[in-house]
Amino acid sequence: MSRIAACFDALKSQGRQALIPFVTAGDPNPQVTVGLMHQMVSVGADIIELGIPFSDPMADGPVIQLACERALAHKTSLVMILAMVEEFREQNDTTPVVLMGYLNTVEKMGYDVFVATAKKVGLDGVLLVDLPPEESEDFGKDLRQAGLDAIFLITPTTTEERIKKICAAGSGYLYYVSLKGVTGAAAIDTDAVAEKLALVRQFTQLPLGVGFGIRDADSAARVSQVADGVVVGSVLVNALGDNASDPQKGCAQVVETLSAMRQAMDAAV
Amino acid sequence: MTKASVLPDANGHFGPYGGRFVSETLFAALDELSDTYDLLWQDPAFQAEFDLDMAHYVGRPSPLYHAKRLTETYGGAQIYLKREDLNHTGAHKINNTIGQALLAKHMGKPRIIAETGAGQHGVASATVAARLGLECVVYMGVEDIRRQAQNVYRMKLLGATVVGVTSGTQTLKDALNEAMRDWVTNVDNTYYIIGSAAGPHPYPKIVRDFQSIMGREARRQTLERTGRLPDAVIACVGGGSNAIGMFHPFLEDKDVRLIGVEAGGSGLESGRHAAPLSAGTPGILHGNRTYLMSDENGQILPTHSVSAGLDYPGVGPEHSYLKDTGRAEYVIATDTEALDSFRELCLLEGIIPALESSHAVAYACKLASQMRPDQTIVVNLSGRGDKDMQTVADIDGIKV
Repeated sequence: MSRIAACFDALKSQGRQALIPFVTAGDPNPQVTVGLMHQMVSVGADIIELGIPFSDPMADGPVIQLACERALAHKTSLVMILAMVEEFREQNDTTPVVLMGYLNTVEKMGYDVFVATAKKVGLDGVLLVDLPPEESEDFGKDLRQAGLDAIFLITPTTTEERIKKICAAGSGYLYYVSLKGVTGAAAIDTDAVAEKLALVRQFTQLPLGVGFGIRDADSAARVSQVADGVVVGSVLVNALGDNASDPQKGCAQVVETLSAMRQAMDAAV
Repeated sequence: MTKASVLPDANGHFGPYGGRFVSETLFAALDELSDTYDLLWQDPAFQAEFDLDMAHYVGRPSPLYHAKRLTETYGGAQIYLKREDLNHTGAHKINNTIGQALLAKHMGKPRIIAETGAGQHGVASATVAARLGLECVVYMGVEDIRRQAQNVYRMKLLGATVVGVTSGTQTLKDALNEAMRDWVTNVDNTYYIIGSAAGPHPYPKIVRDFQSIMGREARRQTLERTGRLPDAVIACVGGGSNAIGMFHPFLEDKDVRLIGVEAGGSGLESGRHAAPLSAGTPGILHGNRTYLMSDENGQILPTHSVSAGLDYPGVGPEHSYLKDTGRAEYVIATDTEALDSFRELCLLEGIIPALESSHAVAYACKLASQMRPDQTIVVNLSGRGDKDMQTVADIDGIKV
């Protein structure tokens, strides 16, 4: 069984939901990332989404664009990020790690090289925001053969027909984007999310993670009532950005936020 | 092999290029646009509406002008200029914005957004929005706002809101990122008028189809004037809308050379240029697969050109396909060559061309000198140079 499936199975048997933090790899500098991953696990992160910095992150808001710029100022590359995953795996063989980013970085590395390296270092899944199922048949096949999950987004505008297509192409979990907009935008409407998730569940057994607009313990707890996983990104990335000159302080804030979310989510069960 | 002129396929592919590489939120909107466009483009009433605006608002057909003194200077092929600079708003961009604004109207969208580099597409979008009573927001890099202050003022006079983009390199690509972000957020009431033959499917096809009016006219006009087809058709290529609009009606005329001229900036060897077809590799940006300028890690590289309208690291996907198949050739003209041609056209023909179009003129003159006087070159003079007065004066050290 894949790490992602095992993770959701274990949580399900405990009646809990996955806490899934997102940070941009190499933000505020590449030395911080692996240590931060371990710290996040220690306060209850179940799956880690690592952002691949990109010069033109069209689907992201200013918070993550700035994180990309900080990481790229230190020349953080996909090669380096895969090495970070390998280093993380030296001490942690259970927490799933998913890379999230834009297709051009993977395309430039070469799909074969990427899949082989990802498998070797112990990566679990890939979510490329500008790679829809229609354009990813071959890559999806390669990922599956290597035991890696292809994770796709579903959004408020996704039609029923496309939900079916995405459910068929995806594995690991599905990521429901709670609002129309970029990362770091407005607050979440839990009722509207619950309605759409009910529709998605008609077509899949896959766990459903929800992200965008989750910024505190309260919103995390509310979303955990309707979803299988809670993805939190911009609020953490903001903490790293605000303390870019003092990464330890930034990491401490990330840990504090996650810890509060974990407690609120578990209390809401 | 598929005829090049019937591409893209149903999923927007030109061979390995094009497609739809965007975030999931935009799929429904792109499907809606595709369906609406496919219906309307076949609809004689829509065609008539478009043609009427082309004739009486834009001022089409634009003339095909025989540049005799320029031709004499180079002593070779006859150089004809397709005078898109004479269009309303001063460039070819209006052909596409009229078409897309009609689509927006039929789709019932009250708000339009656009990205702009040189400001020509922004002005053209603001113009059609004013005429149809639509709200208009134009995204423009602050570096371009500085270079094209007059066009910014023009857009404001036309009632548009111009939003300065401070992210990244603060030029056209960043304006496109920001417009995409707006669209993702306001997709329900907003129509995004993309100005280049780039972006996700169906934009490259839509922009090409609306702009092909230039090539159809030029083909007919050349036949009327010279009794035969031209030997070469030349256009500058940034995102590639003026070039694809000129090339497309000639695709099946195999004896007509199609030549796209990219911005060579300070020269390819300097790395300071905007020539993805000449010096880039295929990749994914702004919703499509195409030739790009990116580094070994897939990060998009900063570009440079004296002309804001060509200062873009990607290019429309159909050009990538035409390059690979060899149907079109892609070359460069440097900043210096473009500026020389700019001045030459002013002095020899009394025409002040846009700096973008000056790149095409520069290569046309070079090529003409190697051809015979009984041969013909048609150059797309895609825009007029009024907007570039400040840039050229700055280079000359003159305060206007």
